[in-house]
Amino acid sequence: MKLRKNVAVSEAGLLFNPVTGESYSVNPIGVEIINLLREEKSPEDISKFILGKFATDKATFEKDYHDFIGILEHHNLLDSHEETKA
Amino acid sequence: MKKRKLKIAVTGLNAIDSPGPGISVIRALREAASFDVRIIGLSYESLEPGIYMHDLVDRTYSIPYPTAGIDTLLARLEYIHEKEKLDVIIPNFDAELYPFIKLETKLKAMGIHMFLPTLHQFEERQKVNLNEFGKKYNINVPRSKVIHDLSMVYSLQSEFSFPMIVKGKFYDASIAYSIEQVKSYYNKISAKWGLPIIIQEFIHGTEFNVTGLGDGKGNTIAAVPMRKQYITEKGKAWGGISISDEEMLDMTRKFLRTTKWRGGFELELMKNKDGELYMLEINPRLPAWIYLAVGVGQNIPEALVKLAMGEKVKPFTKYTVGKMFVRYSWDMIVDREEFEQISIYGEL
Repeated sequence: MKLRKNVAVSEAGLLFNPVTGESYSVNPIGVEIINLLREEKSPEDISKFILGKFATDKATFEKDYHDFIGILEHHNLLDSHEETKA
Repeated sequence: MKKRKLKIAVTGLNAIDSPGPGISVIRALREAASFDVRIIGLSYESLEPGIYMHDLVDRTYSIPYPTAGIDTLLARLEYIHEKEKLDVIIPNFDAELYPFIKLETKLKAMGIHMFLPTLHQFEERQKVNLNEFGKKYNINVPRSKVIHDLSMVYSLQSEFSFPMIVKGKFYDASIAYSIEQVKSYYNKISAKWGLPIIIQEFIHGTEFNVTGLGDGKGNTIAAVPMRKQYITEKGKAWGGISISDEEMLDMTRKFLRTTKWRGGFELELMKNKDGELYMLEINPRLPAWIYLAVGVGQNIPEALVKLAMGEKVKPFTKYTVGKMFVRYSWDMIVDREEFEQISIYGEL
């Protein structure tokens, strides 16, 4: 699961897809996850990182992570469409 | 080093809610690196805002509407040329291109240069010919049908599904969801722009535009794709952003290569949800948002002037992606005497 190479992400959390011209804003946790996707971290590594940094449980994170990946896929921001489990 | 000064006449000074490209073209010319300019505005109406923008337009002359005939236009241009010694004219309206194309040889003999599509190119890309254009050049276009008579409307249901687009031959387009709406738009648009009316398949998707410049030999001198971000009720871009869609650039290069397009243009493109790209329209002139192209590194009006003057122009190879334009409106305070001057004497 990789973020498309040409998608630009600002520190403030603005995603810009240069192919479509669309922009999206994401919250700080979203930025963290996107940066981890950029580094090609596995869903397990991303889960460990987020659970270590934020006060949430695994089940809640997994649900939110799937929702988030689904949104990124829907907007064509990911290179792969394969099913990923956190 | 002192730059040469060119006298360039520009139409499309109507910087209104459905803006003509003139003011953007003039801004581009004033930023040209290779020449200085004296700008002569050519106006059709006394309230075109560009007439009163004295920091951009040095002098304006009114010109007759295309319906007045080619000879009337030529006579007026001869008068203006006598006063101004024009080097170049850049016409910016679809409806005036036909007379200007017809006059190109005569104007050239007078020393006035233009860089326009040929009459064949101009006619071939007309909305009424879009189906044939798509077939001939193997370019994906939406299915369309030309209708000359209101009675033809009833047969449309067997060929098109709703919604469908009802288009005027020059301007205007509306989405119709029923036969009653088709009839209503048919009457409204034909009353304004005449017949025929074009019925077009509705493509669900996202609209994009590409502006650029062809050298008339099949080469792409410039091409900048843009996505509209803010669209007015009239469907005009009030804000937009430069993008980097290789498929759109490929379609543009193919259009220029196969048609050997000469001059500026704007392609109206639609990408459906399956990612298929359609060419909806080919506008045979620069668009009102042309200044975005300058902002991203391609001064297309400058390159067009150089081609018009018979000079070699190196194709642009890059532009900045993600640069936006945001249009705004601005109230100018104008003395009544200026309005009188252009209205009564046709010069300001």
